[in-house]
Amino acid sequence: MWHRWQSRHAPYLFISPFLILFVLFWGYPLVQSLRLSLFATSGPNSEVFVGLDNFHFLLRDPDFHLAVKNTLVYAFFAVGVQLPLSLGLAVLLNRRGLRLPNVFRFVFFSPHLMGTVFASVLFGLIFAPRFGVFNRVLHLAVGLPMNTRWLGDANLVMPAIILLSLWLNVGFYMIYFLAALQGVRQDLYEAARVDGAGPWMRFLHVTLPGIWPVTLFVLVISTIGSFRIFELPWLLLQNTTGPDQSGLFVVTYLYQKGFEAADLGYASAIGWSLTASLLVLTLAQLRFGGMARGVN
Amino acid sequence: MKVIRVTLTYACLAVIAIVMLTPLVWLVAAAFKRGEDFFIYDFFPPPGRLSVTNFQSLFRQIPFLRFLINSLFVSSATVVVQLALSSMGGFALAKYDFRGKRAVVLLMLGTLIIPPEVLLAPLYELIYRMGLMDSYRGLIAPHAVSVFGMFLFAQSMRQVPDDLLLAGRVDGCTEFGLYWRIVMPVSRPMIGAFCLIAFMSSWNSFIWPLIVIHGQERFTLPLGLNQMLGVYKEDYGALMAGTLLSVLPVAVLFFALQKEFIAGLTTGAVKG
Repeated sequence: MWHRWQSRHAPYLFISPFLILFVLFWGYPLVQSLRLSLFATSGPNSEVFVGLDNFHFLLRDPDFHLAVKNTLVYAFFAVGVQLPLSLGLAVLLNRRGLRLPNVFRFVFFSPHLMGTVFASVLFGLIFAPRFGVFNRVLHLAVGLPMNTRWLGDANLVMPAIILLSLWLNVGFYMIYFLAALQGVRQDLYEAARVDGAGPWMRFLHVTLPGIWPVTLFVLVISTIGSFRIFELPWLLLQNTTGPDQSGLFVVTYLYQKGFEAADLGYASAIGWSLTASLLVLTLAQLRFGGMARGVN
Repeated sequence: MKVIRVTLTYACLAVIAIVMLTPLVWLVAAAFKRGEDFFIYDFFPPPGRLSVTNFQSLFRQIPFLRFLINSLFVSSATVVVQLALSSMGGFALAKYDFRGKRAVVLLMLGTLIIPPEVLLAPLYELIYRMGLMDSYRGLIAPHAVSVFGMFLFAQSMRQVPDDLLLAGRVDGCTEFGLYWRIVMPVSRPMIGAFCLIAFMSSWNSFIWPLIVIHGQERFTLPLGLNQMLGVYKEDYGALMAGTLLSVLPVAVLFFALQKEFIAGLTTGAVKG
Protein backbone atom coordinates (compact mmCIF):
# COMPACT_ATOMS: atom_id res chain seq x y z
CA MET A 1 0.00 0.00 0.00
CA TRP A 2 2.57 2.50 1.21
CA HIS A 3 4.87 1.55 -1.60
CA ARG A 4 2.30 2.38 -4.27
CA TRP A 5 1.18 5.55 -2.55
CA GLN A 6 4.68 6.95 -2.21
CA SER A 7 5.63 6.14 -5.78
CA ARG A 8 2.53 7.86 -7.16
CA HIS A 9 3.04 11.02 -5.14
CA ALA A 10 6.84 11.05 -5.12
CA PRO A 11 7.44 14.14 -7.31
CA TYR A 12 5.02 16.25 -5.28
CA LEU A 13 6.55 15.07 -2.02
CA PHE A 14 10.01 15.93 -3.28
CA ILE A 15 9.19 19.37 -4.54
CA SER A 16 6.65 20.55 -1.97
CA PRO A 17 9.07 21.59 0.81
CA PHE A 18 10.84 23.81 -1.69
CA LEU A 19 7.59 25.13 -3.14
CA ILE A 20 6.00 25.91 0.22
CA LEU A 21 8.98 27.94 1.38
CA PHE A 22 9.30 29.49 -2.05
CA VAL A 23 5.73 30.72 -1.92
CA LEU A 24 6.22 31.99 1.65
CA PHE A 25 9.52 33.81 1.14
CA TRP A 26 9.34 34.73 -2.57
CA GLY A 27 5.80 34.62 -3.87
CA TYR A 28 4.03 36.24 -0.98
CA PRO A 29 6.59 39.06 -0.50
CA LEU A 30 6.57 39.75 -4.23
CA VAL A 31 2.81 40.33 -4.23
CA GLN A 32 3.00 42.11 -0.91
CA SER A 33 5.65 44.52 -2.19
CA LEU A 34 3.31 45.52 -5.03
CA ARG A 35 0.63 46.27 -2.45
CA LEU A 36 3.07 48.05 -0.14
CA SER A 37 4.21 50.31 -2.96
CA LEU A 38 0.72 51.87 -2.88
CA PHE A 39 0.99 52.79 0.80
CA ALA A 40 2.86 55.38 2.81
CA THR A 41 4.21 53.54 5.82
CA SER A 42 6.07 54.20 8.98
CA GLY A 43 7.56 50.93 10.12
CA PRO A 44 5.61 47.65 9.90
CA ASN A 45 2.62 48.81 11.94
CA SER A 46 1.27 51.96 10.33
CA GLU A 47 0.25 52.42 6.75
CA VAL A 48 -1.94 54.79 4.76
CA PHE A 49 -3.19 54.07 1.25
CA VAL A 50 -1.82 56.66 -1.16
CA GLY A 51 -2.40 55.07 -4.57
CA LEU A 52 0.34 55.85 -7.03
CA ASP A 53 1.71 58.78 -4.99
CA ASN A 54 4.94 56.92 -4.20
CA PHE A 55 5.65 56.55 -7.90
CA HIS A 56 4.66 60.14 -8.64
CA PHE A 57 6.95 61.29 -5.92
CA LEU A 58 9.81 59.17 -7.30
CA LEU A 59 9.52 61.07 -10.57
CA ARG A 60 10.12 64.35 -8.75
CA ASP A 61 12.59 63.15 -6.11
CA PRO A 62 16.02 64.68 -6.86
CA ASP A 63 17.81 62.19 -4.56
CA PHE A 64 16.27 59.29 -6.47
CA HIS A 65 17.31 60.88 -9.77
CA LEU A 66 20.87 61.16 -8.51
CA ALA A 67 20.79 57.53 -7.37
CA VAL A 68 19.56 56.45 -10.80
CA LYS A 69 22.19 58.53 -12.55
CA ASN A 70 25.00 57.14 -10.41
CA THR A 71 23.76 53.60 -10.91
CA LEU A 72 23.61 54.03 -14.68
CA VAL A 73 27.10 55.53 -14.84
CA TYR A 74 28.45 52.73 -12.69
CA ALA A 75 26.68 50.00 -14.65
CA PHE A 76 27.83 51.44 -17.97
CA PHE A 77 31.50 51.51 -17.00
CA ALA A 78 31.53 48.42 -14.83
CA VAL A 79 29.95 46.24 -17.51
CA GLY A 80 31.55 48.01 -20.47
CA VAL A 81 35.08 47.59 -19.13
CA GLN A 82 34.56 44.29 -17.33
CA LEU A 83 33.38 42.29 -20.32
CA PRO A 84 36.24 43.09 -22.74
CA LEU A 85 38.82 42.79 -19.95
CA SER A 86 37.63 39.42 -18.73
CA LEU A 87 37.32 38.14 -22.30
CA GLY A 88 40.85 39.40 -23.01
CA LEU A 89 42.22 37.62 -19.96
CA ALA A 90 40.48 34.42 -20.96
CA VAL A 91 41.93 34.64 -24.49
CA LEU A 92 45.42 35.14 -23.07
CA LEU A 93 45.03 32.18 -20.73
CA ASN A 94 43.63 30.00 -23.49
CA ARG A 95 46.76 30.30 -25.64
CA ARG A 96 48.14 26.94 -26.64
CA GLY A 97 51.45 26.07 -24.97
CA LEU A 98 51.02 28.59 -22.16
CA ARG A 99 52.83 27.52 -19.02
CA LEU A 100 51.16 27.49 -15.61
CA PRO A 101 47.67 28.35 -16.88
CA ASN A 102 46.12 27.11 -13.65
CA VAL A 103 48.34 29.31 -11.52
CA PHE A 104 47.41 32.41 -13.52
CA ARG A 105 43.77 31.43 -13.50
CA PHE A 106 43.81 31.09 -9.73
CA VAL A 107 45.65 34.39 -9.25
CA PHE A 108 43.19 36.30 -11.45
CA PHE A 109 40.26 34.69 -9.70
CA SER A 110 41.56 35.16 -6.15
CA PRO A 111 40.13 38.69 -5.57
CA HIS A 112 36.65 37.31 -6.10
CA LEU A 113 37.21 34.88 -3.23
CA MET A 114 37.49 37.83 -0.87
CA GLY A 115 33.89 38.77 -1.44
CA THR A 116 32.54 42.28 -1.90
CA VAL A 117 32.03 43.04 1.79
CA PHE A 118 35.56 42.25 2.95
CA ALA A 119 37.22 43.67 -0.16
CA SER A 120 35.40 46.97 0.38
CA VAL A 121 36.67 47.18 3.95
CA LEU A 122 40.20 46.49 2.68
CA PHE A 123 40.01 49.07 -0.10
CA GLY A 124 38.77 51.72 2.30
CA LEU A 125 42.38 51.73 3.53
CA ILE A 126 44.04 51.05 0.17
CA PHE A 127 42.40 54.18 -1.28
CA ALA A 128 43.28 56.27 1.79
CA PRO A 129 45.23 59.51 1.29
CA ARG A 130 48.86 59.76 2.50
CA PHE A 131 49.49 56.13 3.49
CA GLY A 132 47.20 54.32 1.04
CA VAL A 133 49.07 51.88 -1.17
CA PHE A 134 47.04 52.91 -4.22
CA ASN A 135 48.32 56.48 -3.97
CA ARG A 136 51.83 55.18 -3.32
CA VAL A 137 51.82 53.16 -6.53
CA LEU A 138 50.35 56.02 -8.58
CA HIS A 139 52.88 58.40 -7.03
CA LEU A 140 55.79 56.18 -8.05
CA ALA A 141 54.36 55.42 -11.48
CA VAL A 142 52.98 58.75 -12.73
CA GLY A 143 53.81 61.22 -9.98
CA LEU A 144 50.27 61.78 -8.72
CA PRO A 145 50.28 63.51 -5.30
CA MET A 146 50.16 61.22 -2.28
CA ASN A 147 47.28 63.11 -0.73
CA THR A 148 44.74 62.39 -3.48
CA ARG A 149 41.51 61.77 -1.60
CA TRP A 150 39.86 59.03 -3.66
CA LEU A 151 37.00 58.59 -1.24
CA GLY A 152 36.75 62.23 -0.20
CA ASP A 153 36.43 63.93 -3.58
CA ALA A 154 33.05 63.78 -5.31
CA ASN A 155 34.74 63.37 -8.71
CA LEU A 156 36.96 60.49 -7.66
CA VAL A 157 34.51 58.32 -5.73
CA MET A 158 32.96 56.77 -8.84
CA PRO A 159 36.31 55.86 -10.45
CA ALA A 160 37.39 54.29 -7.15
CA ILE A 161 34.18 52.25 -6.95
CA ILE A 162 34.54 51.10 -10.56
CA LEU A 163 38.19 50.12 -10.07
CA LEU A 164 37.33 48.06 -7.01
CA SER A 165 34.51 46.33 -8.83
CA LEU A 166 36.85 45.52 -11.72
CA TRP A 167 39.43 44.08 -9.35
CA LEU A 168 36.74 41.93 -7.74
CA ASN A 169 34.87 40.70 -10.79
CA VAL A 170 37.11 40.51 -13.84
CA GLY A 171 38.54 37.15 -12.78
CA PHE A 172 35.09 35.83 -12.01
CA TYR A 173 33.65 36.52 -15.45
CA MET A 174 36.91 35.31 -16.99
CA ILE A 175 36.02 31.81 -15.76
CA TYR A 176 32.88 31.83 -17.92
CA PHE A 177 34.75 33.01 -21.00
CA LEU A 178 37.47 30.46 -20.45
CA ALA A 179 34.95 27.64 -20.31
CA ALA A 180 33.28 29.01 -23.45
CA LEU A 181 36.56 29.30 -25.35
CA GLN A 182 37.43 25.72 -24.52
CA GLY A 183 34.12 24.68 -26.05
CA VAL A 184 34.78 26.26 -29.46
CA ARG A 185 35.32 23.57 -32.08
CA GLN A 186 39.00 23.31 -32.97
CA ASP A 187 38.34 22.06 -36.51
CA LEU A 188 36.70 25.41 -37.33
CA TYR A 189 40.02 27.15 -36.57
CA GLU A 190 41.85 24.75 -38.84
CA ALA A 191 39.35 25.36 -41.62
CA ALA A 192 39.66 29.14 -41.19
CA ARG A 193 43.43 28.87 -41.29
CA VAL A 194 43.29 26.84 -44.48
CA ASP A 195 41.10 29.59 -45.94
CA GLY A 196 43.86 32.08 -45.09
CA ALA A 197 42.14 33.91 -42.22
CA GLY A 198 44.48 35.86 -39.90
CA PRO A 199 44.17 35.91 -36.09
CA TRP A 200 41.69 38.83 -36.10
CA MET A 201 39.48 37.26 -38.74
CA ARG A 202 39.57 33.96 -36.88
CA PHE A 203 38.56 35.75 -33.67
CA LEU A 204 35.69 37.58 -35.38
CA HIS A 205 34.33 34.69 -37.41
CA VAL A 206 35.13 31.61 -35.35
CA THR A 207 35.70 32.56 -31.71
CA LEU A 208 33.06 35.25 -31.31
CA PRO A 209 30.14 33.27 -32.77
CA GLY A 210 31.29 30.26 -30.75
CA ILE A 211 31.23 32.08 -27.43
CA TRP A 212 28.25 34.32 -28.20
CA PRO A 213 25.70 32.55 -25.95
CA VAL A 214 28.04 32.78 -22.97
CA THR A 215 28.88 36.41 -23.77
CA LEU A 216 25.19 37.23 -23.76
CA PHE A 217 24.74 35.35 -20.48
CA VAL A 218 27.63 37.24 -18.86
CA LEU A 219 26.29 40.54 -20.21
CA VAL A 220 22.89 39.87 -18.65
CA ILE A 221 24.12 38.72 -15.23
CA SER A 222 26.75 41.44 -14.93
CA THR A 223 24.20 44.11 -15.82
CA ILE A 224 21.80 42.81 -13.19
CA GLY A 225 24.64 42.60 -10.68
CA SER A 226 25.77 46.15 -11.32
CA PHE A 227 22.26 47.58 -10.91
CA ARG A 228 22.08 45.89 -7.51
CA ILE A 229 25.23 47.53 -6.17
CA PHE A 230 24.96 48.36 -2.47
CA GLU A 231 27.49 46.97 -0.02
CA LEU A 232 30.53 47.94 -2.06
CA PRO A 233 30.05 51.74 -1.78
CA TRP A 234 28.29 51.47 1.59
CA LEU A 235 31.30 49.83 3.24
CA LEU A 236 33.95 51.58 1.15
CA LEU A 237 32.51 54.95 2.21
CA GLN A 238 31.97 53.82 5.83
CA ASN A 239 28.16 53.77 5.91
CA THR A 240 27.75 57.03 4.05
CA THR A 241 26.86 57.97 0.50
CA GLY A 242 30.13 59.85 0.13
CA PRO A 243 30.87 63.52 -0.64
CA ASP A 244 27.94 65.21 -2.40
CA GLN A 245 26.16 61.85 -2.39
CA SER A 246 28.53 60.70 -5.13
CA GLY A 247 28.20 57.14 -3.80
CA LEU A 248 24.38 57.09 -3.68
CA PHE A 249 22.92 54.18 -5.67
CA VAL A 250 19.38 52.91 -6.16
CA VAL A 251 19.63 50.10 -3.62
CA THR A 252 21.42 52.42 -1.19
CA TYR A 253 18.48 54.78 -1.47
CA LEU A 254 16.04 51.90 -1.02
CA TYR A 255 17.86 50.89 2.16
CA GLN A 256 17.92 54.43 3.51
CA LYS A 257 14.25 55.06 2.80
CA GLY A 258 12.99 51.68 3.94
CA PHE A 259 15.14 50.95 6.94
CA GLU A 260 16.56 54.24 8.16
CA ALA A 261 13.48 56.37 7.45
CA ALA A 262 11.14 53.35 7.97
CA ASP A 263 9.02 53.99 4.86
CA LEU A 264 8.54 50.46 3.57
CA GLY A 265 6.03 51.66 0.97
CA TYR A 266 8.44 54.07 -0.66
CA ALA A 267 11.19 51.44 -0.49
CA SER A 268 8.91 49.01 -2.34
CA ALA A 269 8.20 51.61 -5.01
CA ILE A 270 11.96 52.05 -5.47
CA GLY A 271 12.32 48.27 -5.62
CA TRP A 272 9.68 47.99 -8.32
CA SER A 273 11.21 50.69 -10.44
CA LEU A 274 14.50 48.78 -10.21
CA THR A 275 12.76 45.54 -11.14
CA ALA A 276 10.90 47.10 -14.06
CA SER A 277 14.03 48.67 -15.53
CA LEU A 278 15.96 45.41 -15.20
CA LEU A 279 13.17 43.46 -16.88
CA VAL A 280 13.12 45.85 -19.83
CA LEU A 281 16.90 45.96 -20.06
CA THR A 282 17.35 42.19 -19.85
CA LEU A 283 14.71 41.53 -22.48
CA ALA A 284 16.30 44.16 -24.74
CA GLN A 285 19.74 42.61 -24.28
CA LEU A 286 18.44 39.13 -25.09
CA ARG A 287 16.52 40.46 -28.09
CA PHE A 288 19.39 42.44 -29.58
CA GLY A 289 21.86 39.75 -28.57
CA GLY A 290 19.83 37.21 -30.50
CA MET A 291 19.69 39.54 -33.53
CA ALA A 292 23.45 40.11 -33.42
CA ARG A 293 23.91 36.38 -33.40
CA GLY A 294 21.76 36.10 -36.49
CA VAL A 295 24.03 38.59 -38.28
CA ASN A 296 27.07 36.59 -37.30
CA MET B 1 58.61 37.33 -34.11
CA LYS B 2 57.15 34.46 -32.15
CA VAL B 3 59.55 35.08 -29.27
CA ILE B 4 58.32 38.66 -29.01
CA ARG B 5 54.70 37.55 -28.94
CA VAL B 6 55.30 34.97 -26.25
CA THR B 7 57.29 37.43 -24.14
CA LEU B 8 54.54 39.99 -24.52
CA THR B 9 51.92 37.50 -23.41
CA TYR B 10 53.84 36.61 -20.28
CA ALA B 11 54.60 40.27 -19.53
CA CYS B 12 50.91 41.06 -19.78
CA LEU B 13 49.96 38.16 -17.55
CA ALA B 14 52.63 39.07 -15.00
CA VAL B 15 51.54 42.70 -14.77
CA ILE B 16 47.91 41.72 -14.27
CA ALA B 17 48.88 39.10 -11.71
CA ILE B 18 50.79 41.74 -9.74
CA VAL B 19 47.83 44.11 -9.86
CA MET B 20 45.52 41.35 -8.64
CA LEU B 21 47.79 40.19 -5.84
CA THR B 22 49.12 43.49 -4.47
CA PRO B 23 46.03 44.34 -2.38
CA LEU B 24 45.99 40.83 -0.93
CA VAL B 25 49.68 40.96 -0.01
CA TRP B 26 49.12 44.39 1.52
CA LEU B 27 46.26 42.97 3.59
CA VAL B 28 48.45 40.22 5.01
CA ALA B 29 51.25 42.71 5.73
CA ALA B 30 48.89 45.17 7.42
CA ALA B 31 47.46 42.45 9.63
CA PHE B 32 50.90 41.58 11.00
CA LYS B 33 52.23 45.12 11.45
CA ARG B 34 52.39 46.84 14.82
CA GLY B 35 50.44 50.06 15.22
CA GLU B 36 53.56 52.23 15.28
CA ASP B 37 54.89 50.57 12.12
CA PHE B 38 51.66 50.88 10.16
CA PHE B 39 52.59 54.06 8.31
CA ILE B 40 56.34 53.50 8.28
CA TYR B 41 56.43 50.38 6.13
CA ASP B 42 54.30 50.13 2.99
CA PHE B 43 54.27 46.36 3.08
CA PHE B 44 56.10 44.02 5.42
CA PRO B 45 58.33 45.39 8.19
CA PRO B 46 61.63 43.59 8.84
CA PRO B 47 60.88 40.04 10.04
CA GLY B 48 61.83 40.88 13.61
CA ARG B 49 59.05 43.48 13.83
CA LEU B 50 56.22 41.23 12.67
CA SER B 51 53.70 40.69 15.42
CA VAL B 52 50.31 39.25 16.24
CA THR B 53 49.20 42.10 18.52
CA ASN B 54 46.44 42.99 16.04
CA PHE B 55 44.91 39.56 16.41
CA GLN B 56 45.20 39.74 20.18
CA SER B 57 43.39 43.07 20.37
CA LEU B 58 40.82 41.74 17.91
CA PHE B 59 39.86 38.91 20.23
CA ARG B 60 40.24 40.89 23.44
CA GLN B 61 38.53 44.17 22.62
CA ILE B 62 35.63 42.98 20.55
CA PRO B 63 33.72 39.67 20.47
CA PHE B 64 35.36 38.73 17.19
CA LEU B 65 35.36 35.02 18.01
CA ARG B 66 31.62 35.27 18.54
CA PHE B 67 31.16 36.90 15.11
CA LEU B 68 33.22 34.13 13.54
CA ILE B 69 31.19 31.39 15.20
CA ASN B 70 27.92 33.13 14.29
CA SER B 71 28.99 33.37 10.67
CA LEU B 72 30.06 29.73 10.56
CA PHE B 73 26.77 28.65 12.11
CA VAL B 74 24.50 30.81 9.94
CA SER B 75 26.30 29.97 6.69
CA SER B 76 26.48 26.24 7.42
CA ALA B 77 22.82 26.08 8.41
CA THR B 78 21.82 28.02 5.29
CA VAL B 79 23.83 25.68 3.08
CA VAL B 80 22.38 22.53 4.65
CA VAL B 81 18.79 23.75 4.32
CA GLN B 82 19.33 24.95 0.75
CA LEU B 83 21.06 21.72 -0.19
CA ALA B 84 18.24 19.53 1.15
CA LEU B 85 15.42 21.55 -0.41
CA SER B 86 16.98 22.25 -3.78
CA SER B 87 18.40 18.77 -4.33
CA MET B 88 15.01 17.17 -3.67
CA GLY B 89 13.30 19.74 -5.87
CA GLY B 90 15.90 19.27 -8.57
CA PHE B 91 15.43 15.50 -8.40
CA ALA B 92 11.68 15.90 -8.92
CA LEU B 93 12.24 18.14 -11.95
CA ALA B 94 14.94 15.91 -13.43
CA LYS B 95 13.43 12.45 -13.07
CA TYR B 96 9.64 12.75 -12.92
CA ASP B 97 6.87 14.07 -15.08
CA PHE B 98 4.12 15.61 -13.06
CA ARG B 99 1.24 18.00 -13.48
CA GLY B 100 2.28 21.61 -13.12
CA LYS B 101 5.96 20.94 -13.78
CA ARG B 102 6.15 23.41 -16.65
CA ALA B 103 4.44 26.08 -14.59
CA VAL B 104 6.88 25.55 -11.72
CA VAL B 105 9.88 25.81 -14.05
CA LEU B 106 8.60 28.98 -15.72
CA LEU B 107 7.79 30.61 -12.39
CA MET B 108 11.26 29.90 -11.04
CA LEU B 109 13.00 31.05 -14.22
CA GLY B 110 11.07 34.32 -13.95
CA THR B 111 12.42 34.97 -10.46
CA LEU B 112 15.99 34.79 -11.69
CA ILE B 113 15.69 38.24 -13.26
CA ILE B 114 13.86 39.79 -10.31
CA PRO B 115 16.33 41.59 -8.03
CA PRO B 116 15.78 40.27 -4.48
CA GLU B 117 15.98 43.84 -3.16
CA VAL B 118 12.36 44.37 -4.18
CA LEU B 119 11.47 41.79 -1.50
CA LEU B 120 13.36 43.49 1.33
CA ALA B 121 10.51 45.64 2.66
CA PRO B 122 7.78 42.95 2.63
CA LEU B 123 10.21 40.32 3.98
CA TYR B 124 11.06 42.65 6.83
CA GLU B 125 7.35 43.00 7.55
CA LEU B 126 6.87 39.22 7.35
CA ILE B 127 9.80 38.40 9.62
CA TYR B 128 8.60 41.08 12.04
CA ARG B 129 5.08 39.58 12.11
CA MET B 130 6.51 36.10 12.63
CA GLY B 131 8.40 37.41 15.65
CA LEU B 132 11.75 36.45 14.13
CA MET B 133 13.46 39.86 14.21
CA ASP B 134 16.97 39.80 15.63
CA SER B 135 17.17 35.98 15.51
CA TYR B 136 19.21 33.44 13.58
CA ARG B 137 16.00 31.94 12.23
CA GLY B 138 14.96 35.29 10.81
CA LEU B 139 18.35 35.48 9.17
CA ILE B 140 18.27 31.99 7.66
CA ALA B 141 14.60 31.48 6.75
CA PRO B 142 14.33 33.85 3.76
CA HIS B 143 17.46 32.24 2.28
CA ALA B 144 16.11 28.70 2.65
CA VAL B 145 15.25 28.33 -1.02
CA SER B 146 17.80 28.64 -3.78
CA VAL B 147 16.29 28.65 -7.26
CA PHE B 148 19.78 28.61 -8.74
CA GLY B 149 20.55 25.49 -6.70
CA MET B 150 17.44 23.70 -7.83
CA PHE B 151 18.27 24.27 -11.49
CA LEU B 152 21.85 23.20 -10.88
CA PHE B 153 20.69 19.90 -9.39
CA ALA B 154 17.96 19.36 -11.97
CA GLN B 155 20.56 19.71 -14.69
CA SER B 156 23.14 17.39 -13.17
CA MET B 157 20.63 14.76 -12.04
CA ARG B 158 19.17 14.51 -15.53
CA GLN B 159 22.39 12.69 -16.46
CA VAL B 160 21.75 9.85 -13.99
CA PRO B 161 20.66 6.90 -16.19
CA ASP B 162 17.02 5.90 -15.81
CA ASP B 163 18.05 2.23 -15.81
CA LEU B 164 19.83 2.79 -12.53
CA LEU B 165 16.61 4.06 -10.95
CA LEU B 166 14.59 1.25 -12.52
CA ALA B 167 16.98 -1.34 -11.09
CA GLY B 168 16.57 0.27 -7.68
CA ARG B 169 12.78 0.13 -7.95
CA VAL B 170 12.89 -3.55 -8.94
CA ASP B 171 14.96 -4.22 -5.85
CA GLY B 172 12.21 -2.64 -3.73
CA CYS B 173 13.78 0.74 -3.08
CA THR B 174 11.34 3.53 -2.16
CA GLU B 175 11.43 6.72 -4.22
CA PHE B 176 13.14 8.51 -1.35
CA GLY B 177 15.61 5.64 -1.21
CA LEU B 178 16.44 6.24 -4.89
CA TYR B 179 17.15 9.88 -4.11
CA TRP B 180 19.15 9.19 -1.00
CA ARG B 181 21.10 6.04 -1.95
CA ILE B 182 21.57 6.41 -5.69
CA VAL B 183 21.12 9.94 -7.02
CA MET B 184 22.73 11.89 -4.19
CA PRO B 185 25.90 9.76 -4.05
CA VAL B 186 26.49 10.05 -7.80
CA SER B 187 25.91 13.84 -7.61
CA ARG B 188 28.82 14.32 -5.22
CA PRO B 189 30.79 16.76 -7.46
CA MET B 190 27.74 18.97 -7.97
CA ILE B 191 27.01 18.90 -4.24
CA GLY B 192 30.54 20.12 -3.59
CA ALA B 193 30.18 22.94 -6.09
CA PHE B 194 26.80 23.96 -4.77
CA CYS B 195 27.95 23.95 -1.14
CA LEU B 196 30.88 26.22 -1.94
CA ILE B 197 28.85 28.68 -4.01
CA ALA B 198 26.03 28.78 -1.46
CA PHE B 199 28.47 29.11 1.45
CA MET B 200 30.27 32.00 -0.21
CA SER B 201 27.09 33.90 -0.91
CA SER B 202 25.80 33.40 2.62
CA TRP B 203 29.19 34.28 4.12
CA ASN B 204 29.17 37.59 2.25
CA SER B 205 25.54 38.38 2.81
CA PHE B 206 25.24 41.90 4.19
CA ILE B 207 22.05 43.82 3.55
CA TRP B 208 19.64 41.27 5.06
CA PRO B 209 21.64 40.75 8.29
CA LEU B 210 21.99 44.54 8.49
CA ILE B 211 18.20 44.83 8.50
CA VAL B 212 17.32 41.87 10.71
CA ILE B 213 20.08 41.65 13.34
CA HIS B 214 20.46 44.30 16.02
CA GLY B 215 22.13 42.59 18.99
CA GLN B 216 25.93 42.49 18.80
CA GLU B 217 25.96 38.94 20.16
CA ARG B 218 24.23 37.79 16.96
CA PHE B 219 26.43 39.74 14.53
CA THR B 220 27.90 37.87 11.61
CA LEU B 221 31.38 38.83 10.36
CA PRO B 222 30.20 41.42 7.79
CA LEU B 223 28.18 43.16 10.50
CA GLY B 224 31.09 42.94 12.93
CA LEU B 225 33.51 44.52 10.47
CA ASN B 226 30.94 47.14 9.59
CA GLN B 227 30.75 48.06 13.26
CA MET B 228 34.55 48.17 13.51
CA LEU B 229 34.59 50.65 10.61
CA GLY B 230 32.63 53.06 12.77
CA VAL B 231 33.82 52.43 16.31
CA TYR B 232 37.41 51.23 15.96
CA LYS B 233 38.21 52.95 12.71
CA GLU B 234 41.55 54.24 13.94
CA ASP B 235 42.80 50.75 14.74
CA TYR B 236 43.74 49.91 11.16
CA GLY B 237 45.82 46.87 12.10
CA ALA B 238 42.99 45.16 13.97
CA LEU B 239 40.55 46.00 11.16
CA MET B 240 42.85 44.32 8.63
CA ALA B 241 43.48 41.35 10.90
CA GLY B 242 39.71 40.91 11.14
CA THR B 243 39.35 41.17 7.38
CA LEU B 244 42.06 38.58 6.85
CA LEU B 245 40.49 36.13 9.29
CA SER B 246 37.09 36.65 7.66
CA VAL B 247 38.40 35.71 4.26
CA LEU B 248 40.39 32.63 5.30
CA PRO B 249 37.54 30.09 5.72
CA VAL B 250 36.29 30.73 2.18
CA ALA B 251 39.82 30.47 0.80
CA VAL B 252 40.33 27.12 2.54
CA LEU B 253 37.02 25.78 1.25
CA PHE B 254 37.89 26.96 -2.24
CA PHE B 255 41.19 25.12 -2.22
CA ALA B 256 39.41 21.95 -1.22
CA LEU B 257 36.67 22.26 -3.85
CA GLN B 258 38.31 24.24 -6.65
CA LYS B 259 37.60 21.85 -9.50
CA GLU B 260 33.97 21.25 -8.59
CA PHE B 261 33.45 24.98 -8.11
CA ILE B 262 34.36 25.91 -11.66
CA ALA B 263 32.37 23.03 -13.08
CA GLY B 264 29.35 24.16 -11.06
CA LEU B 265 29.63 27.82 -12.06
CA THR B 266 29.75 27.12 -15.74
CA THR B 267 27.23 24.26 -15.93
CA GLY B 268 24.20 26.40 -16.60
CA ALA B 269 25.97 28.94 -18.77
CA VAL B 270 28.00 26.82 -21.13
CA LYS B 271 26.06 23.62 -21.57
CA GLY B 272 22.57 25.00 -20.99
